[in-house]
Amino acid sequence: MEAIYAFCVGILTTCGFFLVLRGRTFTVVMGLTLLSYAVNLFLFASGRLKLDGAAVLGQSIEYSDPLPQALVLTAIVIGFAMTAFVVILAMRSRADQGNDHVDGHIPVQSTKSRISEKRHS
Amino acid sequence: MQHLPILPILLPMLAAAFMLLPPLSNSITRHRFFAVSVMMILVIVSATLLLTSHQQGTQMYVLGGWQPPFGIALVADRLSTMMVLLTSVLALGAQLYACAGDDHDGMYFHPLFMFLVMGVNGAFLTGDIFNLFVFFEVLLIASYALLIHGGGKQKTKATVHYVILNLVGSSIFLFALGILYGTIGSLNMEDMANKVRLLGEHEQALAKAGGLLLLVVFGLKAALLPLHFWLPKTYAAASAPVAALFAIMTKVGVYSTLRVHTTIFGEDAGALAGIAIPWLWPLALITLGMGAIGVLASPSLRLTAANLVIVSVGTLMLAIAMQREAATSAALYYMIHSTLATGALFLIADLISKQRGKAEDRYVVARKMNQGKVIGVAFFIAALTVVGMPPLSGFVGKILILQAAQGMTEMIWVWPVILLAGLACLVAISRAGTTVFWRTAGESTNYVPISRLKLIAVAFLLSASPLLVMFGGPVTAYTDLAAAQLHDNKAQSVYAILPEGDK
Repeated sequence: MEAIYAFCVGILTTCGFFLVLRGRTFTVVMGLTLLSYAVNLFLFASGRLKLDGAAVLGQSIEYSDPLPQALVLTAIVIGFAMTAFVVILAMRSRADQGNDHVDGHIPVQSTKSRISEKRHS
Repeated sequence: MQHLPILPILLPMLAAAFMLLPPLSNSITRHRFFAVSVMMILVIVSATLLLTSHQQGTQMYVLGGWQPPFGIALVADRLSTMMVLLTSVLALGAQLYACAGDDHDGMYFHPLFMFLVMGVNGAFLTGDIFNLFVFFEVLLIASYALLIHGGGKQKTKATVHYVILNLVGSSIFLFALGILYGTIGSLNMEDMANKVRLLGEHEQALAKAGGLLLLVVFGLKAALLPLHFWLPKTYAAASAPVAALFAIMTKVGVYSTLRVHTTIFGEDAGALAGIAIPWLWPLALITLGMGAIGVLASPSLRLTAANLVIVSVGTLMLAIAMQREAATSAALYYMIHSTLATGALFLIADLISKQRGKAEDRYVVARKMNQGKVIGVAFFIAALTVVGMPPLSGFVGKILILQAAQGMTEMIWVWPVILLAGLACLVAISRAGTTVFWRTAGESTNYVPISRLKLIAVAFLLSASPLLVMFGGPVTAYTDLAAAQLHDNKAQSVYAILPEGDK
């Protein structure tokens, strides 16, 4: 269970970081969302993974640490608000700059690739 | 006054909420009066808190009566109360300036401003590291909105970068907290400091990764190289009062580094003692150097001021890396000075750019300023302060840091870099002043007078510099005590808050 769990968190983080490094705001927002998923899972696992463990005492023989669950809840709320904000900001940026690149302008292609394009056309 | 330690958080929060309610909403005049009076009360409250914690020892506020280390606690020791007072004073100055017209560019300037102050105060006062994250988010979301306040292409562009970068930073912060909680098993900073030396060998490696991830996050907030690229454009794009208030935001990063890497990973942390120090030394030196180069290369006064923020962060981080009481004390003195001085410089840059028409604050030949003399005097004082020339506070701060480095092997690095960076700042600021004030062509066509409120705000922030020199004795005595409290892990700051059994 731990291995699969760790693998999932790792994949989500990698994909998140990859997408955050892209140039368009949409992919960046997707990347931030994936990162926040990874973070939430990671925080949840920081109290150790346990099957059939209730967070409330007296409900089961084994109990799990309730604190990470509270932390995850806080992180989810904050992450949700931040994602909503960044989506609105991305739309505003699209309207203000006329494109959805994070730098506000589409980077100019290098001369080399332009020449090769001309040759092909 | 049992509830005094939470007032610096509650007061701005309630004020911000009240400003959105009917008797105050939709009226900028009422907003202004209310906000300024609340901020003045906040300055008084912060000063009272500082005096109380100075005279009666560290003030603890246990939220909801949940005893630490299980509940969240606010810890008002000498360091945090000093930072809270600094925030309130800077915020009052920036707010007075904003009341002269900058708050009218968009809606809800004052509520957002209050929320930012609340977040900063909370980050300084909290004794719980997850709570620190929460207050970071509070201050960040207010800062996002304040940065884009007024709108415009430049601001949108700067905000997109700033927001995305800080969201990534927040996720790294949470990863670090997850690792630290998973290994140490506590989130209360004092409790973590006690437990970190008891870790097993495998957990030590994990905790080290967590501690260094925290350094990355705080470095991003504080604009430590190589995470500083966002700062100049962001600060230059923000409106003047916002940029002035942002001067405290990098200091939040510096403060958190100081807190976490002296309290938790300090001298008593066993194998994990001083894990950040080998990283801090080179990074702080290069930050200082890059900041100095940035100051020399800046084409406008606002960018110069932004790069001066980087220089001050580099200097502060150097002092933290020294891991000495004297250095920490010097850093605290320098922190008060540099926050207020750079805040004032951002306001002065705005005064200049409003008077020069199209040339704004860029270093080009432009028409003469209408009220050049008043602004010139203010600029001269601010310049002397930030460059670190005698007789103002920058000089004293720098001397204290240089003195603290005496006798260390790293002294051969610290002295030349700090002094050369000071020289670079001197050259850049002199060039800036000469170009802006003396290289003029033609008479002024712009007869917009400066609002008296703006001048009062600038004078208020600038007056801190001579005051810091005049009351240098008491201030350094206080910072000495604060540094001693921070470094002495056996002191009451650690044990006072833990339940009896753990002592």
